[in-house]
Amino acid sequence: MDKLEIRELMRFFDKSDITKLKIKNGEFSIELQKGLDTVTVAAPVVPTAATQAPVFEVSAATSAPVAKKSTDAINSPMVGTFYSSPAPGTPAFINVGDTIKKGQAIGIIEAMKIMNEIEAEFDCKVIELLVQDGQPVEYDMPLFAVEKI
Amino acid sequence: MATIQKILVANRGEIALRAIRTIKEMGKQAIAVYSKADKDALYLRYADASICIGEAKSSDSYLNIPAIITAAEISGCDAIFPGYGFLSENQSFVEICGHHKIKFIGPSVDAMILMSDKSKAKEVMKRAGVPVIEGSEGALKDIAEAKVLARKIGYPVIVKASAGGGGRGMRVVEREEDLEKSYLAAESESASAFGDGTLYLEKYIKNPRHIEVQVIGDSHGNAIHIGERDCSLQRRHQKLIEESPARILDEKTRTKLLDIAVKATKFLKYENAGTFEFLLDADKNFYFMEMNTRLQVEHCVSEMVSGVDVIELMIKVAEGEKLPEQHSIKLNGHSIECRITAEDSIRFIPSPGKITKYVTPGGRNVRMDSHMYQGYVVPSTYDSMIGKLVVWGETRERAIAKMKNSLSELQIEGIKTVREFHLKMMDNPDFISNNFDTNYLSKF
Repeated sequence: MDKLEIRELMRFFDKSDITKLKIKNGEFSIELQKGLDTVTVAAPVVPTAATQAPVFEVSAATSAPVAKKSTDAINSPMVGTFYSSPAPGTPAFINVGDTIKKGQAIGIIEAMKIMNEIEAEFDCKVIELLVQDGQPVEYDMPLFAVEKI
Repeated sequence: MATIQKILVANRGEIALRAIRTIKEMGKQAIAVYSKADKDALYLRYADASICIGEAKSSDSYLNIPAIITAAEISGCDAIFPGYGFLSENQSFVEICGHHKIKFIGPSVDAMILMSDKSKAKEVMKRAGVPVIEGSEGALKDIAEAKVLARKIGYPVIVKASAGGGGRGMRVVEREEDLEKSYLAAESESASAFGDGTLYLEKYIKNPRHIEVQVIGDSHGNAIHIGERDCSLQRRHQKLIEESPARILDEKTRTKLLDIAVKATKFLKYENAGTFEFLLDADKNFYFMEMNTRLQVEHCVSEMVSGVDVIELMIKVAEGEKLPEQHSIKLNGHSIECRITAEDSIRFIPSPGKITKYVTPGGRNVRMDSHMYQGYVVPSTYDSMIGKLVVWGETRERAIAKMKNSLSELQIEGIKTVREFHLKMMDNPDFISNNFDTNYLSKF
């Protein structure tokens, strides 16, 4: 999309009853929103684990990477701190490429000094780890991108 | 006590936004929490960070103590601001905050426990020199006891079912010759309705006004008031319009009321903001009803007449600061608040949905506290209150005129609101002449 096309799109959007519009085409994405005084044209976002924003920095939350639509995700069942292994220094519960069974332990979330083991809700293959060991997570936040089997 | 740096706002909607504003103005950080139903709320973006804590259902999110405490811990909060409703008067929540070294911005657990037990609260208030509604201490033994007691406190009296509610098992008795009949009727009614025929008796206050006093105490034993409020205009015990000052009071009664409230606050060694609610009878006698151990929805009218930011004061008190002296709190003019709810103006039927148009009133001394915006979807999960329109005028008459103007400027489309109800009230001769009581709206 070039500048003219964007301007045209904005004019169309402004007159319509739609309050939010997202278009994604390859590396390019645009997001229009009304009634909030914000029109954002987002640069292509290439999420990597290292640059991932912590959950509690809200300014980054709108552009935070979310599991791709084409794949499924296992979301956090609670607010807390995520741990990828049963104890410090021990191997992670799961790694990219692993095939996991429903009910298998896939991580731990610490909430109020209690370690809660997280289990897979369905059989799947791990595509991507979306959070790091020791990272704070919020409710319903995607932890793993997976492919259902 | 150390300065508070980061405050988690454990609430939603207009009061969350209200708190975020003050926290940011004070140079502190505000952390918002939200349920999945509120994920698009605009005020979340005004917070320094926001954390999803659960599903739409309040018990999974705004009442979910482990989730809220954990959210405070992972975001490094040193205090929690509870607002009103939800966990604001939950004693175990206050205790748990303490265990986790998070300062609860509100009163102590002890004060909360004491005031939540109605009969205990009445007993303590009596000791503090606060007038209470005379009545039986607990359940009545028989008609003979009721007769002796009623003669002592004077008619009219009301006999009520201990297990009662919703007006059942309740009789107002005007004269002694009617007592026996009413007693038996209330007894059998409550036995059949609640399976428990125990009754108690207290003085009946005819056509009362609801008058309350905003107080705040600090950790040094000081206490001040920020004036009184008249919240008599209610529908099914839900306040709709609140004012400060209560123009019904003469100067002598007002001074006495405010003094008693401050004395009671000191007697309780009460820390942080609270409200003493009173019933005022036709002879200008007032009686203690209950104490709300939290910030109230209608605190804004007290802010308008005093210029005090009540939430700022609450945070400062929680930090261990001393309160300003009473004489430095100057009360001026008149303030009115209309609660805007997502309900229709006639039958008050809830009307959740998408707001397609929203235009706020403005101008001198007009304040709209609301989390609404065009495109906002009012969820059906929570309270129907979507905003508060508050005005200040030099006199009550001027404040009414200003409220009328402001209400006509306010435009909310897509959902039904009580704007029309308020507009009618501003033209209502009884409201204008300040001639109404807490039962006024039930007569419509």
